[in-house]
Amino acid sequence: MSDQQGMSLIVRVVTRWLFGLILVFGLAVALFGHLTPGGGFAGGTIVACAFVLAILAFGGARGPGATFARWASSLDATGALAFLALAILGYTAGAFLHQWAGKGEAFTLGSTPSIVLLNLAILLKVGAGLFAGFIAVALFEQTAESGKGADA
Amino acid sequence: MLDLVPLFVLIPLGAAFACLLVKKRAPAVAPWLSLVSVVALLGLAIAGVVQGTSGAAIAGGWSLETHLGTSFLPGIVLVFDGLSAMFLLLVAVVSTAVLLFGLRYMDTYDGRPLYYALLSLLIAGMNGAVLAGDLFNLYVFIEIASIASYALVAFGTGGREIEAAFKYLMLGAVASSSILLGIAVLYASTGLLNMADLGAAIAAGQVSEATLLAVATLFLAGLGLKAAMMPFHAWLPDAHPSAPAPISAMLSGLLIKTLGIYALVRVLYVVIGMDGVLGGSLQTLLLVLGCLSMVGGVLLALGQTDLKRLLAYSSISQMGFVLVALGTNTWLGVAAGIYHALNHALFKSALFLSAGSLERLTGTRDITEMGGIARVAPATTLGTVGASLSIAGVPPFNGFWSKLLILIALFSAGLPVVGAIAAATAVLTLVTFVKVQHKALFGALPERLKDIKDVPASMSLPVVALALLCLLGGLLWPLGLQDIVGDAAASVRTDAKTNLAPEQYRTMVHSEGRQP
Repeated sequence: MSDQQGMSLIVRVVTRWLFGLILVFGLAVALFGHLTPGGGFAGGTIVACAFVLAILAFGGARGPGATFARWASSLDATGALAFLALAILGYTAGAFLHQWAGKGEAFTLGSTPSIVLLNLAILLKVGAGLFAGFIAVALFEQTAESGKGADA
Repeated sequence: MLDLVPLFVLIPLGAAFACLLVKKRAPAVAPWLSLVSVVALLGLAIAGVVQGTSGAAIAGGWSLETHLGTSFLPGIVLVFDGLSAMFLLLVAVVSTAVLLFGLRYMDTYDGRPLYYALLSLLIAGMNGAVLAGDLFNLYVFIEIASIASYALVAFGTGGREIEAAFKYLMLGAVASSSILLGIAVLYASTGLLNMADLGAAIAAGQVSEATLLAVATLFLAGLGLKAAMMPFHAWLPDAHPSAPAPISAMLSGLLIKTLGIYALVRVLYVVIGMDGVLGGSLQTLLLVLGCLSMVGGVLLALGQTDLKRLLAYSSISQMGFVLVALGTNTWLGVAAGIYHALNHALFKSALFLSAGSLERLTGTRDITEMGGIARVAPATTLGTVGASLSIAGVPPFNGFWSKLLILIALFSAGLPVVGAIAAATAVLTLVTFVKVQHKALFGALPERLKDIKDVPASMSLPVVALALLCLLGGLLWPLGLQDIVGDAAASVRTDAKTNLAPEQYRTMVHSEGRQP
């Protein structure tokens, strides 16, 4: 599989259809994290998978992927800092990481905005981190392969 | 103060991610971010030690739960007592010195913002491990600090560095798995992770002796590897010399103590219990492995000519002193062991930093190719001599007092053979460092080194300051420092025939998690 070409037409068309759906699914898993199994980590992994799928199907780990990875690295740090900021915000309600907007009720999405925000921060951190990691490994492998080619 | 305890982890963690955020646009900000964070930690740690408060900070403000008639704490608990305050202060002091030293030393390396980010992450992991009140968080923080240190060992990205980091990563992963397996077995048999609750469950006999034996073995192997105990030491002589000098100082000065010794003390004394069914065999194990580390480490150090490798082997030997002191299961022994761990952090980080300066000055780490450095680099020499006298156990430096106390503790616990081995090791340590002084600092100055100038003040001052702290640590010992260290030891081992500390620890943790 050459880097710039990506995969066959079928895979590319299906990816185009699925990309948005996977993103929405990931977001939903994170948003409902306090009610159902899942949360920021699982949601972030799913969101990262959408981007990984796009890179695999359309190719371009080197071109657009590398640009995305730079963005992802900043987003990753932003997600972590956002989590810390939310944790410190808990002090205003009495304790570190205190859930200032309630500890949540079953089946009620809006019952605890603070946990939803924490989940979104984790989604950002995990999604961006995993995607940046994937690009780093892909670039490393390509560099290693092209290096081998040059030796021969 | 207790409310602020999470800041010990939050501040360096925030600094780490902020360093990553500015790495492209404003890389020059990164060192100052880390420096500000460690200075803030230093202030917090000093306030903590001066106030002398102890208690638990419960993340999210959860309260005690009751299940099957026993009350237990869910969620994340950070416990701040005399022992953790002492180690937090130590981490802050050594990190400040290391960061100052690195400001100029790291000039020759690429990707400096990453170095500051990883260093801040390492500090966050160590602070977290020292504060963790439950075993799983202890494991998570140990992993955070370990992973940061694997990357930092490889920071030079040369072949030798990568090889050392890979070896360290593999052995470190085995150790972490062993720790995690130990935690899993304990969780499977009790359903608890909180150290205070686990300690009580084990003391009440809820865990069978065979299970406890397996758990103790797993923890001893895992944490022993992190502490570079002798049969598990193979990674250290490669990893510590390969890292950049400030990182070697962090690894040898702090990492093996916070992740190894501190965690071992907490787990063995508070969770598993040195007075329990396994007490006797654990004591014997600590004494035997401690003697092995002491003697093996110093003999291997004696034969080295690579300065950083010599220091790395001597770290193993000094950890042996701490282990035999902990093996006595007396208040005096624990106090002496903790005091020696603190002292070792100060003088070994000073020695590793000065080894970095000497390498920068002479272009080699081989002490046979150095000589007469004292004439051209007086400030570096002053710091090195101070730290060497301290590790060699020369009065009035702190190393003398802690080794003396360890000997007293061993003899008064009825262990004259171990005491004699420790005394012989102390003499061999003296010989090792006399050799270093003689070959590297004094004697004839080689022709090629005639025109060198001492390193800049930002590199020599941290070494001198650490050496000065070694002297102060010795001078202040009879004037109040002994009470602080004694209190710290009493938070894991009280001065009674049976150890009252685990019960006090449990009461302290539970008083914070009041019933709703």
